[in-house]
Amino acid sequence: MINLTIDNKKIEAEAGQTILEVARENGIVIPTLCSHESLEPSGACRLCVVEAKQGKRTRIVTSCLYPVAEGLTVETKSERVLAARRLVLQLLLARCPESQQLKEMAEDLGIEPEPRFTPDKDNSKCILCRMCVRTCEKVVGVCAIGFSYRGAEKNVCTPFKEDSVSCIGCGACAYVCPSGHIEMETTESGDARTIWGRTFKMQTCKVCGRYFAPEDQLTYISRTSGVPVEDLAVCISCR
Amino acid sequence: MMSKIKSFDELKSVQERLKAGRDPKKPCITICVGTGCLAYGTQKLVDSFREELAKRGLTDTIEFRTTGCHGFCERGPMIVIFPEKVFYQRVGLTDAGEIIDKTLLKGEIIDQLLYIDPATGEKVVHEDDVPFYKKQTRLVFGLNSKVDPASMEDYLAIGGYSALGKALTGMKPEEIIQEVIKANLRGRGGGGFPAGWKWDSTRKAEGDPKYIVCNADEGDPGAYMDRSLLEGNPHLVLEGMIIGAYAIGSSQGYIYVRNEYPLAVKNINIAIRQAREAGLLGENIFGTGFSFDVKINRGGGAFVCGESSALFASLEGRAGEPRAKYIHATDKGLYDKPTNLNNVETWANVPFIINRGADWYAGIGTENSKGTKIFSLVGKINNTGLVEVPMGTTLREIVFDIGGGIPDGRKFKAIQTGGPSGGCIPEKHLDMRVDFDELTKIGSMMGSGGMIVMDERNCMVDVARYFTNFLVSESCGKCVPCREGIRRMRDILVDIAEGRGREGDVELLEKMAAAIIDGSLCALGSSAPNPVISTIRYFRDEYKAHIEEKRCPAGVCKALITYSVDAENCTGCTVCSKVCPTGAASGERKKVHAIDPAKCTKCGACRESCKFDAIIVR
Amino acid sequence: MEEKVKEIIQHYHGDKSYLVPILQDVQKEFNYLPKDVLCAVSTHLSVPISRVYEVVTFYKAFSLKPKGRYQLSLCLGTACHVRGAELIAGNISDILGIKEGDTTADLEFSFETVGCLGACALGPILVVNGEYHGHMNIAKSSKILKKLGKKVATDDEQD
Repeated sequence: MINLTIDNKKIEAEAGQTILEVARENGIVIPTLCSHESLEPSGACRLCVVEAKQGKRTRIVTSCLYPVAEGLTVETKSERVLAARRLVLQLLLARCPESQQLKEMAEDLGIEPEPRFTPDKDNSKCILCRMCVRTCEKVVGVCAIGFSYRGAEKNVCTPFKEDSVSCIGCGACAYVCPSGHIEMETTESGDARTIWGRTFKMQTCKVCGRYFAPEDQLTYISRTSGVPVEDLAVCISCR
Repeated sequence: MMSKIKSFDELKSVQERLKAGRDPKKPCITICVGTGCLAYGTQKLVDSFREELAKRGLTDTIEFRTTGCHGFCERGPMIVIFPEKVFYQRVGLTDAGEIIDKTLLKGEIIDQLLYIDPATGEKVVHEDDVPFYKKQTRLVFGLNSKVDPASMEDYLAIGGYSALGKALTGMKPEEIIQEVIKANLRGRGGGGFPAGWKWDSTRKAEGDPKYIVCNADEGDPGAYMDRSLLEGNPHLVLEGMIIGAYAIGSSQGYIYVRNEYPLAVKNINIAIRQAREAGLLGENIFGTGFSFDVKINRGGGAFVCGESSALFASLEGRAGEPRAKYIHATDKGLYDKPTNLNNVETWANVPFIINRGADWYAGIGTENSKGTKIFSLVGKINNTGLVEVPMGTTLREIVFDIGGGIPDGRKFKAIQTGGPSGGCIPEKHLDMRVDFDELTKIGSMMGSGGMIVMDERNCMVDVARYFTNFLVSESCGKCVPCREGIRRMRDILVDIAEGRGREGDVELLEKMAAAIIDGSLCALGSSAPNPVISTIRYFRDEYKAHIEEKRCPAGVCKALITYSVDAENCTGCTVCSKVCPTGAASGERKKVHAIDPAKCTKCGACRESCKFDAIIVR
Repeated sequence: MEEKVKEIIQHYHGDKSYLVPILQDVQKEFNYLPKDVLCAVSTHLSVPISRVYEVVTFYKAFSLKPKGRYQLSLCLGTACHVRGAELIAGNISDILGIKEGDTTADLEFSFETVGCLGACALGPILVVNGEYHGHMNIAKSSKILKKLGKKVATDDEQD
């Protein structure tokens, strides 16, 4: 067991845990934007930063990645931490002025937009939390979308910004997207959905007859798992 | 084709034989063909020398050697004629014949090719008397003039690879590490981290295989020391790496070279091939059972790949995005294996420490910064070039004694060190002793060793804007503070430079800087605010002038200056009206000209072309 | 084309870590990186096309568009900047009618700015198809472009 202190609270943790995990287990709230239980932490948004002191050394670190250590003292709301968090949200608000989720989060944390940052006008809601790409690569395994360019021009897209050949229409990326940037449209009858520029025919469940998953997704699962497609054509409720 | 050297004893006899076979009294023409001198057209001069020597049947009597950079780049093309070490500079591309006939055959000095000491007005004949060289301590870099980088024999003849022999056959790995720790060799790439401790951590780390990496990404604009070392003496760097690999317990090394350095890549590839042929790379080196080899990887054009974790990502075939360094590279680096990364110059220092001992090395420099450092002294400076001095030398000595001061009689304003991660240092600190800690105290950093000199015609707001803009285009884009924060800082700086600065901008920049330093994922982001913070610290009044008075004191920021004609100096030569792209500058022959501010785009063509100093920029 | 791509990949033993050097060699072979060539790299190296695309767009060395007959590189390193390189960049952009990083529509000229060429004593520097032109200034850059075929107003008394 590892003994550390978070916000003056003495806590026991297991080796290998991150500060964020331990904080959450102990009811201490640290805001995040790029963290998801199914994904390895990425440390990209910097919202979860905390002030961590080990011996004589104090550092500002992302709690989602920093491993707990014996004698570590953590402050989740020090001045430096609040200043860094404030800047992160102010920058994101200026980047995605249309995002309702960001506005709400800023309000919750008592952060006002910085008037000197001229809001971007491209109507993008993407905050580059990287969850869609990480999901597509590590959870789904298809790598249909990825990053392109770098710096402020970095964006998530399909290769060559053309309709993705490898997308299976599973919609996982739209599901994890925290800001509503990725759009997936389904027809009224549910027989097709459109995402990343492509339209996918949906498969009906053998049992209940509802449309539940894209045919392409089932073909992919069949190919990678070896299970025949016919056996996969049953929706979750009917299993 | 090198034949295999199977033991340290064999190396010694090869060195002896090569040295004995070279008559130090034999006349030898050495000429620099580093990238800088090649840009002067030196290849033509090289070809010409070979031709002229052949024509006169002198190819066997007079030695001719092409070498890497000598450092006095302002004065190229240049040659040094041994044994007297006659120094000729700004040699004309067709001077070969004359030099051979007069100096080599008749012993006559050609006056007009001599360097004139601006302090005394006297001509200097010998290389060692040139003030630029005299005041340096060219421990590492000085070897460049002694070897043809494509000749392993040259390197062996001056004792090359002795340190490797001593280390592999006479020292245990832990002993070697202790020597490097005792010598207190600190990283020359920017971090200044004690190399010995890094080696120690890597050696002790769990995991296999272990890698060593040479960081030759040298991205700081204005810095080219590493390029010149790799181009000019690749075997020195290799020797350091092999010693390090042995000490750490690694059998695979990588050299990551910037894409924009083709000659360095070429020369290091030649050196590796030769070292393999000689058995100094590969299996069972010197018969000790230790094996090590090296691969070269070229960068793809990304400044961020100078950061170690981004460099590893690039080596792994991915985009150069850094990752959090809470787990050190020495534990999990390249391919998540223990990795020791050091800069080119750091590796190059290792053979000296092994050969002459840690105590000797620690006798050079200051208390916490040992040894020498190679700096690239560029910008508004008379003697542009590469300079090597002991740590602790003052800025004044570097800029004025060695650098020859500011051209055109202008005044020193600031010197920028540490590249885009560093800061600007004003005149009042010219007497500071240059070392890692002193530079950090003053708000800058050593960085890789770039030193950019500025005069009163440089605007510090413009400089801050320039660096911030550079970092905006080089940011990998992964984390919010850097990707979003630095471009917002840049936007505010652009506003200030273009006359749209507002009250409170400087304070906002300072606040943003603190949060970006704290919040950024890697050192690119966390050091990005340094140029802004240091220029605000030392040149706050210049920011005030831009914001409050909409004035650029240095006459640089286009939106805040006007070009006009000085009626007293103007002779009506019409040159400005000819070069003006918009017709703003106009006038009749022999009559005072005028510039129409409505049409003027402030491109600067008129000021550049006016021979009568008749263009005023305010 | 597929054969050439396979050959290059073979040279690096099909090692995915060598994606960057492979792309450099491929670009050298084809003058730039066309989409079908990149798809071939993706297939034969077994790397998802999204990652190939990420790497190609991340690194400045790679070009998705064909390069011009004359490739101009202007150094905008710090030493060259303090010696006025930005004004030269502006001049070249104006004359060619393109932004940095672009190629003219007739594919005659490509213009890029680079961080630092490491030849600071000669700064500012303009490289044209590998040939270095040092001590560059606005007038000289205009003259060079004139020699390469652009119509420019230059002062021919000065040389």
